[in-house]
Amino acid sequence: MSQIVNDRPPVTYHKKTFFQRLALDFRQNKMVYLMWLPVLAFYLIFHYAPMGGLVIAFQNYKPFKGIAKSKFVGLEHFQEFLTGTYAWRTIRNTLVISLLQILIGFPMPIIFALLMNEVRCNPYKRVVQTVSYMPHFISLVVMCGMISDFAASTGLFNVFRDLAGKPHLNFLAEPRYYRTIYIASGIWKQMGWSSILYLATLSSVDMSLYEAAAIDGAGRFRQMLSVTLPALVPIIAVQLIMRMGHIMGEGHQKTILLYNEMTWEVSDIVSSYVYRRGLKNNDYSFGAAVDLFNSLVNVIILCSANYFSKHVVKESLW
Amino acid sequence: MVESKSFGSRLFDVLNYALLFVLTVVFLYPLWYVLVGSISDPVRLFMHNGLLWRPLGFSLHGYRTMLQNPNVGIGYANTIFYVVVGTVLSIFFSCLGAYTLSRPKLMFKKLFTLLVVFTMYFSGGMIPKFLVVKGVGLYNTRMAVILPGVISTWNMIVMRTSFRAIPQSLEESARLDGAGDFTILFRIIVPCAKATIAVMVLYYAVAQWNGWFDAMIYLQDRSKFPLQLFLREILLININNANNAAGNDAADVLYLDTLVKYAMIIISTVPILCIYPFVQKYFMKGVMMGSIKE
Repeated sequence: MSQIVNDRPPVTYHKKTFFQRLALDFRQNKMVYLMWLPVLAFYLIFHYAPMGGLVIAFQNYKPFKGIAKSKFVGLEHFQEFLTGTYAWRTIRNTLVISLLQILIGFPMPIIFALLMNEVRCNPYKRVVQTVSYMPHFISLVVMCGMISDFAASTGLFNVFRDLAGKPHLNFLAEPRYYRTIYIASGIWKQMGWSSILYLATLSSVDMSLYEAAAIDGAGRFRQMLSVTLPALVPIIAVQLIMRMGHIMGEGHQKTILLYNEMTWEVSDIVSSYVYRRGLKNNDYSFGAAVDLFNSLVNVIILCSANYFSKHVVKESLW
Repeated sequence: MVESKSFGSRLFDVLNYALLFVLTVVFLYPLWYVLVGSISDPVRLFMHNGLLWRPLGFSLHGYRTMLQNPNVGIGYANTIFYVVVGTVLSIFFSCLGAYTLSRPKLMFKKLFTLLVVFTMYFSGGMIPKFLVVKGVGLYNTRMAVILPGVISTWNMIVMRTSFRAIPQSLEESARLDGAGDFTILFRIIVPCAKATIAVMVLYYAVAQWNGWFDAMIYLQDRSKFPLQLFLREILLININNANNAAGNDAADVLYLDTLVKYAMIIISTVPILCIYPFVQKYFMKGVMMGSIKE
């Protein structure tokens, strides 16, 4: 800290003004600001410039004209989207898939963590854990490639059809199976990985609570419900708010890999529609408008969930 | 979890272990199926229906055919380039950012943190970002696959938290010896946060290895495609895989198709699956530090 002592201006007894403090801060942290510069540049270019670029949602953006010269059309694209036939289909599918994931997918890692927490044989625990993380490291392309191979009419999934004594079919061409495949594969991929957070939280639970519960006559299952689960409630609340925060933000990648024209009625979600219209058909302004609408809905839901949680569960993101 | 040997407790254990065993099989089986399929005899595999527990015969035909496809080599080389360069740059810039955000006395620390965290909740979306990448001249360059995602905000926040946990005294003594911020970061802080950095290397490397979407929208030249894009063509867009290889007649093509797919899955997935168990013990710590609350 010698540098700071040397750099300090003559002792003054009145409070320093903002600019004096700024000058001092800058002198002391010259190198730090220099190091921050590339990071700042990254955020400005790849995060904030695109946010600014959202003005094209209100324009008829033409690449050769640029943002400055493209014509403003106000809310025309929003109107076109919301009154068009795709709005209901994509919004409904996004919501259904997200809600199913929250209802079925969200509790899975919690249940898995509760079960893992009861395993006392450490080598067994470690093996199960390692294996459960594996799907997380398999790429989406590979996972969807496996699904498409297994779902084919000669594929592995038709084992279920055989068991039920029904003829083979291509599951990915059947709208009624799409959601099951989407949700189940998501659980397979993320269940083990998402449980890490809960397991880590459980490692700090006070053991005497279990002893007390046992003395009160609680069996193993009862202890799990009355001691272990309550210890997880705060973290579950925070995770749930975050999950709610992207209820409309279901990613496009998996959908683009898995869907096809035959299942569009149930598989096409907002983000995959943005990709198709915006990037594949170069309808930049329309795509940006749909995306912006979606983001705004998301932000509103996130803020509401946070507000609700803050006042009801006393846990919040901010 | 008190030791008690009651019948109920034992029953609970047996059921729990059995359930977890079933889950383990479910996690593993898809990859096992692909693995044993990839070394099976092509004709027998083609005729086979249903579950597969061990290879049907033995043949390396799938792997041999796959290697004749020039795209596999190109994709592999490109992916290695993206993983190595991308991970090095990502770690370097994340370290710089995390160091700045971990400074206790910096005047604009709050503002910088807000600037960074805000991007986790709101973004311009894929189209404006695409236009920016085009606008700054990165379109169809290798850097387009690396730079737009070079820093992951979540990873940087985790690093900041781990940097902050390092005792101030270490840093102060170095400063007395005349070390600047750069030296302190890379000579003191980074070695102290080795475990976190190791996890971050894994996260960034896996993200690059598995990434395909950015490459798909930002790249045009097939010579720059990463492996995952070729994989997508072979696994999901169903281009006849064995077609390229000379000397395969029509029937062979049909039989070999599945085998080549399986071989591709194995060679693209196994490298990563061999690495993560080594860093696994640090995952928990990393996840706990990802909490963005102050």
